[in-house]
Amino acid sequence: MLKQSLTGLVTALTLTAGGAYAAGGGGKVTDYDFSFEGLTGSYDQMQLQRGLQVYTEICSACHGLKYVSFRNLADEGGPQLPADQVRAYAKNYELWDQALLDGEGDFRPAAWADQFPEVTSAAAPDLSLMAKARAGFHGPYGLGINQFFQGMGGAEYIASLLMGYEDPPSCAPEEMDGSYNTAFTAGGYPAECKYEDGTHKYPGSWIGMSQPLWGDDVEYEDGASTDQEAVAQDVAAFLMWTAEPKLNDRKRAGFVGMAILALLAVLLYFTNKSLWAPIKRRAKEEA
Amino acid sequence: MGGIPHDHYEPKSNFEKGMQKRLPIIGLLYDTLMIPTPKNLNWMWIWGIVLTFCLAMQIITGIVLVMHYVPNEDMAFASVEHIMRNVNGGHMIRYFHMNGASLFFIAVYLHIFRGLYYGSYKAPREVTWIIGMLIYLLMMGTAFMGYVLPWGQMSFHGTAVITGLFGAIPFIGEALQTWLLGASAVGNPALNRFFSLHYLLPFVIAGLVIVHIWAFHTTGNNNPTGVEVRRTSKAEAQKDTLPFWPYFVIKDLFALALILLVFVAVVGFMPNYLGHPDNYIKANPLATPAHIVPEWYFLPFYAILRAFTADVWIVQIVNFLSAGIIDAKFFGVLAMFGAIAVMAIAPWLDTSSVRSGRYRPQFKIAFWLLVADFVFLTWLGAMPAEEPYASLSLVASAYWFGYFLVILPVLGITEKPTTPPTTIEEDFKAHYGKGSGPSSSGGEVATPAE
Repeated sequence: MLKQSLTGLVTALTLTAGGAYAAGGGGKVTDYDFSFEGLTGSYDQMQLQRGLQVYTEICSACHGLKYVSFRNLADEGGPQLPADQVRAYAKNYELWDQALLDGEGDFRPAAWADQFPEVTSAAAPDLSLMAKARAGFHGPYGLGINQFFQGMGGAEYIASLLMGYEDPPSCAPEEMDGSYNTAFTAGGYPAECKYEDGTHKYPGSWIGMSQPLWGDDVEYEDGASTDQEAVAQDVAAFLMWTAEPKLNDRKRAGFVGMAILALLAVLLYFTNKSLWAPIKRRAKEEA
Repeated sequence: MGGIPHDHYEPKSNFEKGMQKRLPIIGLLYDTLMIPTPKNLNWMWIWGIVLTFCLAMQIITGIVLVMHYVPNEDMAFASVEHIMRNVNGGHMIRYFHMNGASLFFIAVYLHIFRGLYYGSYKAPREVTWIIGMLIYLLMMGTAFMGYVLPWGQMSFHGTAVITGLFGAIPFIGEALQTWLLGASAVGNPALNRFFSLHYLLPFVIAGLVIVHIWAFHTTGNNNPTGVEVRRTSKAEAQKDTLPFWPYFVIKDLFALALILLVFVAVVGFMPNYLGHPDNYIKANPLATPAHIVPEWYFLPFYAILRAFTADVWIVQIVNFLSAGIIDAKFFGVLAMFGAIAVMAIAPWLDTSSVRSGRYRPQFKIAFWLLVADFVFLTWLGAMPAEEPYASLSLVASAYWFGYFLVILPVLGITEKPTTPPTTIEEDFKAHYGKGSGPSSSGGEVATPAE
């Protein structure tokens, strides 16, 4: 019966992943290795700093990061920049302050405690939570079981999208809006590139954003590789951190919790065993 | 309380005697905790403790979350992010609450299917069963309204779909839907009332849990044999039972510790596994997600809701007979609530004189098919509304209703059950007596047939 209940629990747990199905699928997502994956994985501070640089020099031209505060850049487990660097970095941003000029309001440079200014452009979504708002993996059969082993795949999706710009397939008409991307599934897709039953011949769809990374787009101080794939992974890792800044803390809490509960379970197991031993012995003797 | 003869509370100190005369609360707690419990309960009898723990955990984490949450359509999403980023330990509290709902439903489904297998719903435990079903309904309502609060894309559009179901009710539907939402569409009024009710209903559930426990403490627990505890004398009753404390409390706590070990692993390492990525996008009424999928614990009933489309013959017949009042959409709503209703009236549908499924060979097959059907419906509910899923949903829905409305009444008459043991003591000795040695798992009683 214990086996039955455990099987039931596992079935229920794996089944539930069906919820992940609807996010899309049909895009080409590469399972990149990130330092924060796995049970003991944590963010790579230098990679987050590089990712911040990519965001600042390239992405921030259009995309906001409104749920992140500048002070978070100094947090342990994040890019962990020195406080004076964070203050200097914040000054690069301007935001509207209604309290200035006796309530008339004016722009001022951003400071330590401010959040990244909101970018109001429908075409360029805020990136703070993007790595959690997309799932890279859905299969098999929409069950989402592979998320169990590969993770949700948000960061993989972002890196794959940045790497996914390719020449459009020859079946596509010339006048398609945007660029063909093998990872992006939410965009337009020409009828000419579908099979008769409506399924797509090619992965992905057409995305409004033109290709942002070409290789050597940034210059890193730490000498890390600046080829397109490395930069795409750096910014994807940074966006995973903006989406889940407490990941390191959470895993540590998970380990501590599991250790305490394992100890408690062992103690309760032996307590239970010795408690029931005389009852079972008597049943055996009397039978 | 209780028809099983046992030792009642005797106040000893002067303080206890004084209290007993004025407010017999120590006696009440003592008698509740020392209730005679069948000694052959197996590991499927631990879910009650798990569920009680879940309710307490959801209420406690929920109360803390409310201290930081803002129920306003412009601020709700940002306030959840504030909890995740700026509140000390907020991310853990929120993940516990979010995944706690899933643990709650895993436990309640195992608890319900336990009851269905061992005939715990049968006389004299019908009241316990009905109250349990009410708790389950309130749980679904509470979970649904809780899912609205983060005000993500799935929160918003899921609410639009589910409240739209009430719009399917003939004549009054539209007015009812507007009344429920406080507006013609999902918006701030809906968010505020759902928040209010999401805070209220758990306490109603807590009250019903007390009544649920009261009811089965009056009838006594069911057990894997379905044979009643002997009540002719205290000596005989003691041969069938052990006091709840410490025997079952320790056993249940051991199981709870193991289950929480898995739960903490999920919260610590994959807290978003059971969630939907779209709910990390702030609600946008103008952008509908490609597939609107409810939380996993609603999927079986969501599959039943969607199964009855306008081209199904039974829907067409009902539509014709009701002069068009019951259309496909309303039929689906009736089917969804009907699926829970037939489960609730199981005590009056099951005609078998033998209580426990352990002694019913044919029932066992039908029962495990029902479990498979439930799992299958869960999967179907997550699939898009197209073929072959639509037809499969119809078949799976048919078995769900068939099990309760046809198989339970008929099988009780046609089936020849095997003979249960005459007493619980006999069952217990049969398990531990056959040189099986001291089993490593306390209290476990399994039969070869399982």
